[in-house]
Amino acid sequence: MNITLNYESLSLGRKILMILDLKTKVDKLGIEDRVSRITKRSLKSEAKLQGLKMILSMIDLTTLEGMDTDKRVEQLCYKATHLHQEFPDLPNVAAVCVYPNMVKTASNFLKDSEVKVASVATAFPSGNSSLEVKIQETKEAVFNGAEEIDMVISRGKFHSGEYNYVFDEIAIIKENCGDKARLKVILETGELGDYDHIRLASEIAIKAGADFIKTSTGKIKPAATLPITLVMLEAIKDHYYNTGKMVGMKPAGGISNSKLALQYLIMVKETLGNLWLDKHWFRFGASSLANDVLMQLLKQKTGFYQSNNYFSKD
Amino acid sequence: MSQRIKVLKTYKIFINGKFPRTESGRYTQLKIDNLPIANVCLSSRKDVRNAVLSARNAFESWSSKSAYNRSQILYRIAEIIEGNKSQFIEELILQGEDSKKAILEIDQSIDRIIYFAGWPDKINPIFGSVNPVASSHFNFTILEPMGVVGIVAPEENSLLGLISSIIPVILSGNTCLAIVSEKLPLCAISLAEVISNSDVPNGVVNIITGSKDELAPHIAQHMDVNALGINIDNKELKNKMFFQASNNLKRVVDVSKYNIEDSNFESPYIVKKFMEAKTTWHPIEKDFTSTNNY
Repeated sequence: MNITLNYESLSLGRKILMILDLKTKVDKLGIEDRVSRITKRSLKSEAKLQGLKMILSMIDLTTLEGMDTDKRVEQLCYKATHLHQEFPDLPNVAAVCVYPNMVKTASNFLKDSEVKVASVATAFPSGNSSLEVKIQETKEAVFNGAEEIDMVISRGKFHSGEYNYVFDEIAIIKENCGDKARLKVILETGELGDYDHIRLASEIAIKAGADFIKTSTGKIKPAATLPITLVMLEAIKDHYYNTGKMVGMKPAGGISNSKLALQYLIMVKETLGNLWLDKHWFRFGASSLANDVLMQLLKQKTGFYQSNNYFSKD
Repeated sequence: MSQRIKVLKTYKIFINGKFPRTESGRYTQLKIDNLPIANVCLSSRKDVRNAVLSARNAFESWSSKSAYNRSQILYRIAEIIEGNKSQFIEELILQGEDSKKAILEIDQSIDRIIYFAGWPDKINPIFGSVNPVASSHFNFTILEPMGVVGIVAPEENSLLGLISSIIPVILSGNTCLAIVSEKLPLCAISLAEVISNSDVPNGVVNIITGSKDELAPHIAQHMDVNALGINIDNKELKNKMFFQASNNLKRVVDVSKYNIEDSNFESPYIVKKFMEAKTTWHPIEKDFTSTNNY
């Protein structure tokens, strides 16, 4: 299948004609077989310890609830910069991810730290709004200090076959992020159907200029899974081989324990290599994962299993 | 006609309402009089971890069920054991007990469940209190379940001992994980099958077979276990557990002090040991429209 994309660039002021060669079919059995072998792997002792610390540094601590308050966002920011008292040498998490109206609060709190402020945008989580509104929302979030924008694609348009629309939307949002913010494109894989669709959406997002592709909003089940992430990693790999450009990956939603997170790391390393084992190119969107990793680290240190009662509530 | 080959039971462990094999993949062969009887899971610390997790997840819904409902569910366990008596008797005999004693043990076990099944909605009426205080407060004390309780069941009386260890603990709303008799583990797994068939929610009771020396310390140290009910003869292991339990100030109840075979074991005081008293000070405001003070 060849898909022709016309993209009218705002900055260039002209139409770009792009022909996407989308013949790539995903080998479903191959993907699942590969994943099942990865899940049987086990990291122990020193390697596990390094892995756990790496996971911490890659977490986007997230609060995306209707009941979010300024205080709650501040509490999350505090947690992002003070993970655990007994471990002074722990890395901070990568970013704090909030709704656009909380960006100011978060960026005020985090202005002196390395932790980035990420904001969802484009009528998260449904994405059902006009392009003007989405652009406005993005601009506002960037203006208020968001260093990363997590946008959702229009799944309805995608399913109607309006790939042009999906592509243009991503490209326009990317232009509005400018050089101030990196763009993560949420495919919401739980609503896309089979692997071929996920592969297609990944390619559209990558070609349209995404800095990261991200699995899910966290509001739809199933959210991130290992096979879906592998399909997306393969799309990133092919893009890298073809163009030499790196694109980041962010699985989000449903990754709540360290064992699973370690398996994601193994998969990234074995699909994309060490270059991607860095918070600049790989993230976890999660809220309860950080506590589980801390509990594991403390288990390694003390020798006995920990309780949630002794860790901050998410 | 060819001779039929008997279908033997695979004895697995009981975690979160399911019967998984041990995570470690280890087994030990149970022998009675040097004859192999069954393969039994030699569980590892990861099975303990999974069991604690499942007990923790089950705690909220189990403890918030009405006491009367918990009563009914316990009663149901007894009903089902009564219907499966012959299987338990067979297993007790297989484990080396003589038939007379086996029948006695199963009867006593059922009666013991029935006895304790009456208690859930009576513990607080009897042990709770309204306390006289000098200030203008309505002051009352109620007993609440402690949370996740780690149980080490006795070696002898494999069925009665396990039932007497589990039932008084869970009736008040606690959830538990139990390490069962090393020498005689068969009945424990059959009891697990009964429990999984009797409306007891998944995770309220978790049953693990294996070496007590290996597993008990992990329960004693676990920060998410709130109390221990241990029935161990091995003094060294017992002392070690008392020491390790101090990590998160677990309460340790030494059940070996009680004679399980004695009917005097049937008392609400053993239930009370696995409960925590909560006292509430409720300010009294004088309301002139009533003669009552609160």
